[in-house]
Amino acid sequence: MSKFHVTTQVNGDEVEFLCDPRETLLDCLRDKLNLTGAKEGCGTGDCGACSVTVDGRLVCSCLMLGVEAEGKQIETVEGIADGDVLHPLQKKMIEYAALQCGICTPGILVAAKSLLEKNPNPTEEETRYWLAGNLCRCTGYDKIIRAVMDTAADLREAS
Amino acid sequence: MALDDRKSGFTFVGTRPDRPDGLDKVTGRAKFGADMSAPGMLHGAILRSPHAHARIVRIDTSKAEAHKYVKAVVTRADFAEVPFKPGLEGEFWNVLENVMAGEKALYDGHAVAAIAATSALAARDAVKLIEVEYEVLPHVTDVDKAMAPDAPVIREGAADYSVPEGVHPNVVRYHESGHGDVEAGFAEADLVIEDSFVTEATHQGYIEPHACLGQLGADGKGELWCTTQGHWIAQKTCAALLGIETSQLRVTASEIGGGFGGKTTVFIEPVALALSRKANRPVKIVMSRSEVFRATGPTASASMDVKIGMKKDGTITAAEGIFRLQGGAFPGAPGDMTAMCAFAPYNLTNVRQVGYDVMANRPKQAAYRAPGAPMGAFAVESVIDELCKKLDLDPIDVRLKNAAHEGTKASYGPTYEQIGLVESLEAAKAHQHYSAPLKPGQGRGISCGFWFNHGGETSVSLALSEDGSAQVMVGTPDIGGSRASMALMAAEVLGIPYENIRVTIADTATLGYNDVSHGSRVTYASGLATIKAAKHAVEKLCERAAAKWGIPVDAVKWENGCAVPSGPNAGDFDPLPLAEITANMGSTGGPISGHFEATPEGAGVSFGIHIVDAEVDPETGKTSVSRYTVIQDAGKAIHPAYVEGQYQGGAAQGIGWALNEEYIYGDDGRLQNSIFLDYRIPVASDLPMIDTVIVEVPNPGHPYGVRGVGETGIVPPLAAIANAVSHAAGVRMRQLPMSPPRILAALKQDG
Repeated sequence: MSKFHVTTQVNGDEVEFLCDPRETLLDCLRDKLNLTGAKEGCGTGDCGACSVTVDGRLVCSCLMLGVEAEGKQIETVEGIADGDVLHPLQKKMIEYAALQCGICTPGILVAAKSLLEKNPNPTEEETRYWLAGNLCRCTGYDKIIRAVMDTAADLREAS
Repeated sequence: MALDDRKSGFTFVGTRPDRPDGLDKVTGRAKFGADMSAPGMLHGAILRSPHAHARIVRIDTSKAEAHKYVKAVVTRADFAEVPFKPGLEGEFWNVLENVMAGEKALYDGHAVAAIAATSALAARDAVKLIEVEYEVLPHVTDVDKAMAPDAPVIREGAADYSVPEGVHPNVVRYHESGHGDVEAGFAEADLVIEDSFVTEATHQGYIEPHACLGQLGADGKGELWCTTQGHWIAQKTCAALLGIETSQLRVTASEIGGGFGGKTTVFIEPVALALSRKANRPVKIVMSRSEVFRATGPTASASMDVKIGMKKDGTITAAEGIFRLQGGAFPGAPGDMTAMCAFAPYNLTNVRQVGYDVMANRPKQAAYRAPGAPMGAFAVESVIDELCKKLDLDPIDVRLKNAAHEGTKASYGPTYEQIGLVESLEAAKAHQHYSAPLKPGQGRGISCGFWFNHGGETSVSLALSEDGSAQVMVGTPDIGGSRASMALMAAEVLGIPYENIRVTIADTATLGYNDVSHGSRVTYASGLATIKAAKHAVEKLCERAAAKWGIPVDAVKWENGCAVPSGPNAGDFDPLPLAEITANMGSTGGPISGHFEATPEGAGVSFGIHIVDAEVDPETGKTSVSRYTVIQDAGKAIHPAYVEGQYQGGAAQGIGWALNEEYIYGDDGRLQNSIFLDYRIPVASDLPMIDTVIVEVPNPGHPYGVRGVGETGIVPPLAAIANAVSHAAGVRMRQLPMSPPRILAALKQDG
């Protein structure tokens, strides 16, 4: 089967790749662009480890085809830090020991950043429901929720 | 280890610094199993049996081999050539049989053949071209049915000497232990309760599927990158299955995206190496989530009978349990562990426990966090709760009355050294959660839990650099922040900052053998090894200082990162900092390193108590956990934040096991729920915050008092939640998970 040429923007950089129409955006990010930060935990949109934003919308990149990325703006975990300056969420995740194995962390960060952009003052319940699409098997979510809410408080104070 | 070796008054241990791998893990840079690739790499795919039990009549690989993108096809025949080690035996044979089916497919999802192709898509397409003719055989997936006289036999001759005569051949191991006279004990009781319980198989549910990248040449030399809890066992097993020498295969452990016991063996790794040997190119295999569920280790399912006698004052007079565990189509279900752990928290005069290891047509069970212990605790702690209820006794007081302590002869044989059960129970009783008022409709449950903990073969090397920094090489993959703990312990001994120490998980070619990251052993055993290796280096540092000063080495002590003259020489010389000694170590005797290679055997046992508030929706049968507290003895918490994390994670997994998770098989023997949508693990909105109390009763077997903390946390939740449900809704749930339909059925029956 012939491949499609896709031009898209990832973390602010214009990139191109050739992909089979059956390949997911996640496959393309990982295998063609070597952006392996997004993970495949399920391939069915249930675990959120592959979370990215597409034109500002939070999606599971395993549920989107690579060809659908044409002309879009994609943000991945690799684009969250500003150079060597970590995003406050990244700092808090480390500070709170909110990761154990770290496989879900990229997806959690992308999803949590998306939450705080939409809702700078989420309740615990809102935070839990927003992150319900991101499975973590290590932490029981306690420290993750605390890290996200504390980041939100810091960002509110700073703004 | 002598107690006088024990340290107190810590500088670094007990603090909560950022983990050394934190930056890599929040930026996406950390390399997990599926994140590695190699030039010329092929992609593997595995064909799996759709039948629960079938004879493999014929495999035709010709169409797949003719596919233009396919570079190699392997079946069981490709593992039979073992020039160095003919005749695999024991567990290696079992693993081979699981990795690639021989004469029979033994469960839905059992690997039958594999291919390597030039792309992952091509591999997925071409694997379907392999034709397999099956003769479908009768199957059995339930533990009680697998023991029944008419059950199909999974494999003749799999039972060992322990199994009594007259038992079905699917029973492959038998365990019996205890002491005293249980019949006499039951006769002394004011109340005896006997009940039966069932738990379903659950999966470890690590978010990272198994993944590996293997290269094996015709010269018998190989490289393997894989996500594993133990790369030495992967090395040894793959070498055995492929007939190469162990040392010729270098295995590097990737960052590991969760294991919980499920990554302590191999599945795809030998297949990738066999494909690579045939194709002469590196081969990567990444499992899909469905493959993870169908073909990797769930825990055992269980059927259990427990009988406990109690006096009116709460004294347990006798306890007896029969635990039947189904572990898939291979020996290994931890019926013995269930039996040995079930009554371990209690000081019992009369106790007897029996464990069965039963085979059925399901995937080979793998360890899952305190393997076997949660099921037994579910049964035993539920019965104790019923006894407390009927005798109107406080459940913590009853457990305190019967609690094991130092000097107690454990239900499974040995005599306990210093343990922290009483202290943990007292902390639970004093915790404000235990006395907090309940809202209408809520119930509170508690449970104890026990796990042995493990030492295991351990090697650690520590090397000092000229600038005074240190690198520590450990061999236990870091599944929960252990690099931070190792650096803290090394810093404590060396007296240099935590940040000046880099801890690396060494590959199999650069360090001696290490047992797997399991048995809650890492902070205990690799920690002990790190301390000993650092002390070994400190001895050498002191020797260099002694030589420089011209005084005997026993007149030099190590304090706050400096060699200091002591005894009669005290004050004669200025303290000599580590970095000043290492700066010219090349000319004062050579590089300074410390080592430890041994098998630490003082892993202290561990106890925990969980307090749960739950409420049950009478209309839907849904149970919500509204408050949760974990109290557990850590011996000494090296990095308390990661100790809390283990407690919270264990509790969350236990909540999933108690309320929702289960392997569901159809009548056809096929797994019905092999994706996360249908096998639903707890999500953030299912859980409350999980409060933790770290009790510290030092383990005499560790220089800093450490006990493993990883596993015990999953032992109490099953019963604690069942007990909370019983108090909230008035129904005693004897089968897990307590899913809404089961609770509704119980409510209906009850009312």
